[in-house]
Amino acid sequence: MRSMLLYYRRLASPLHATRAGVAALWVASLSTATLLLYHPLVLLVLLIAVLAAGAGAGVGRSLLRSMRTGSIVWLPIVLVNVLVSRDGLTVFARLGDLGPFGQGNLTLEAVVFGSVVALKVMLLILVTTLASLAVDPDETLRILRRLSFRSALTASLATRMIPVLAADSQRLAEAQRTRPAGPPRGARGRVALLRAVIGGSLDRAMDVAATLEVRGFATARRAPRMPRPFSRHDAAFLASAIAVVVLALLGRLTTVARFDAYPEVHAVTGVATVALAAGLLAAVLAPFADRKGIER
Amino acid sequence: MSGALLAFESVSYRYPGVDEPALSDVNLEIGPGEFCLLAGLSGHGKSTLLRAACGLVPHFHGGDFAGRVRLAGLDTREHGPAHLGAVAGVLFQDPETQLVMSTVRAELALALESRGHGAAAVARGVEEVALALGIDSLLDRSTHGLSGGEKQRVALGAALAGRPRVVLLDEPTSQLDPVAGDELIGLLRRLNQEWETTILLAEHRLERCLAVADRVIALERGRIGCDGDPEAFLAWALSDAPALQTPAAKLFALMGMRPPPTSVRQARAALRAHGLLSDEERSEAGHAEQPAQPKLRAKARRVPNSAAALEMSSVWHELKDGPAILRGVTLRIGPGESVALMGRNGAGKSTLLRHAAGLLEPTRGRVRRAGRVALLLQNPGDYFIHERVCEEVSQEALLPAGLLGMAARNPRDLSGGERQRLALAIVAGEGDPPALLALDEPTRGMDRDAKAILARELRRRSSDGQAVIVATHDPEFAAACADRAVLLADGRVIADGTASELLAGGWYFATETARILGGAGGALLPEHGAQLLQAPARGAPSPADAATSSSLAAAPDAPGEGDQPPQPAASVAPGAAR
Repeated sequence: MRSMLLYYRRLASPLHATRAGVAALWVASLSTATLLLYHPLVLLVLLIAVLAAGAGAGVGRSLLRSMRTGSIVWLPIVLVNVLVSRDGLTVFARLGDLGPFGQGNLTLEAVVFGSVVALKVMLLILVTTLASLAVDPDETLRILRRLSFRSALTASLATRMIPVLAADSQRLAEAQRTRPAGPPRGARGRVALLRAVIGGSLDRAMDVAATLEVRGFATARRAPRMPRPFSRHDAAFLASAIAVVVLALLGRLTTVARFDAYPEVHAVTGVATVALAAGLLAAVLAPFADRKGIER
Repeated sequence: MSGALLAFESVSYRYPGVDEPALSDVNLEIGPGEFCLLAGLSGHGKSTLLRAACGLVPHFHGGDFAGRVRLAGLDTREHGPAHLGAVAGVLFQDPETQLVMSTVRAELALALESRGHGAAAVARGVEEVALALGIDSLLDRSTHGLSGGEKQRVALGAALAGRPRVVLLDEPTSQLDPVAGDELIGLLRRLNQEWETTILLAEHRLERCLAVADRVIALERGRIGCDGDPEAFLAWALSDAPALQTPAAKLFALMGMRPPPTSVRQARAALRAHGLLSDEERSEAGHAEQPAQPKLRAKARRVPNSAAALEMSSVWHELKDGPAILRGVTLRIGPGESVALMGRNGAGKSTLLRHAAGLLEPTRGRVRRAGRVALLLQNPGDYFIHERVCEEVSQEALLPAGLLGMAARNPRDLSGGERQRLALAIVAGEGDPPALLALDEPTRGMDRDAKAILARELRRRSSDGQAVIVATHDPEFAAACADRAVLLADGRVIADGTASELLAGGWYFATETARILGGAGGALLPEHGAQLLQAPARGAPSPADAATSSSLAAAPDAPGEGDQPPQPAASVAPGAAR
């Protein structure tokens, strides 16, 4: 009965109290850091920071659920990298001549690099989940509507339709379970079911389109600017976003967080690396310390 | 034409690919501040007329359109729904498809923003409409997490945010419980009286809103069959469209009394004037005794363990991160028993039925079933996955469902009642009948005829020994199909008794007949009310005599189609409805 979908709900947290534009920038800074950095220790600390931020925003359980679901990408990424990479030196298995693919030598370096990439993908999944749970989509889209009303509204509609269609398909699946013979089996049955789902979705889309028509979608104009004073939460998250990007650039452009997977695994791990990781952790979590004025 | 806010001039319309016209030569004028009720059976053009009024017909739906519709002087052939939306707010049946934004505040603001209002005007408009509709506490809530009633209110708020001069509503109460439905009608009346907003409301359960309407427009096969005040409409329905009669009007028709009443108050006043209802005590109608009150702390009814088709013992359904939906429900249903499950939206009715069918496992407690439980969920369309009716079930199963002649049709082209019967045939299955048949809100959007057919089908199954449980918001349907009623509130069974006990004594969960008679004799349906009133009373004139002697009365009309002639008074036991 309960939807497993992740959608925005206004909760009592500093992140939810921050204006959508700043919150989106803050989340974008986490993605940027994820993309810039490769050092496993720093990435692991960033993962912990994101999970802790999720807990601070009141969506920790949802993030953990998302991490469990996302963990299925780990093995395929590592496996593909091990099979296609030819750069490592530490061979732990030889598959022999694979014809057009050359020698099938599986290396430790490919396993490590595949794991780092999987960790980065996991981080991106978590950051996206955090954004969808804690950044007000209506406010974000209002900002975008000032640029292109229809595109933004279509995006808004798509956002709204996801839970609606998911609820529809959940309902349909439940209805099929109540058939005396159970849900249709075999390829033909599944095709019929898929057709019914698509047909239902199109009916839904038509109804929503009719609603939009009568709400003036066809004559839509630019959304008005909604003035809102800059709060201390806005300032804190903006400062945090800047700090995260600066630290990530520091890690990328200097040797502080240098990591090479090929030809042999080499990771700089010194006080500076630990300090960078700690700095990132502090920068991400600092805005959550201020809970004054947060609605309960 | 002058002074009309909405005018139809010889309007005919045919949907694309359909031979039958949905509207035929409709001429109509509605003035500012009128509260108009749109009546008619399913498929007779109510929704199409509303869609033509707001420009969706023909701009959105296409098809063949003839004639002219003017809304506030704007010709709908030249102005599309977006332009007309500044004058007309529209509320459709399903609130789920009318919310397009993520939060309530953004939803209410959308129409204002898209019409180019400034920030201050948007903020003020949102605040005002939220206060007017009592949804200010919902402003920062996610639209996804609202209840059905809340969603419908927010959708109404979005339609009203631009302060339209006319509001068009298509069965807005069909998914609401009686309390939320009455609240919505009251709200519309207030808008109409305080803001002079013109209301055009399509509705099947006319008894709910006839008393507040200034005018009723009845559609018959796309044509206007009747256009007059509620009294004129009821007089017309008595002779020309018995299926549109309200229970009160039907009661009066069976009694041979005229004119038919438009409200409970009017009906009671008329009965009192004829000496059929005491001035002192409402329970004295007929000379029947007041039914026993249902047990407020409900105990499971005594059905022997071995005989129970369903036995729920202290069933709890608790959400991991949320409240308990069911709180220790104990319920036994015997074979052949028919039970109406009632309660507000969110009371736990659907969850209870899912537990009965085994779709959910209780977090605490136990559910025992004597055999298969067939569950028909709220949307019959969810069961249809084939292109033809005969592919969904066998010909043998189509016969009792009354669908044999429709074997080659697409299930999605069937009427609401036919779809429901087909879905019922699918879940009931072939071969051994289910031990329990559970139906979740099966009458949504159905007209009275379709409800009567479904009630008869459920009665037939019940008399064949199948236990039946129906979750419904419709007391009239509950009275027609069930012998026992269970009232659920906040996940608990708060009352469990015979239908005549439970549905006769309340305000909201009571039939119109019961409200007229003040619960006397446990009479729920017009037929029973007429029997009760026609029993020789304490020296009062018989209703027929009273009607004849009344200056208001004309010769009694024949009862409407499907009406049962009153039974001799001697056959009615005092205090018993059935």
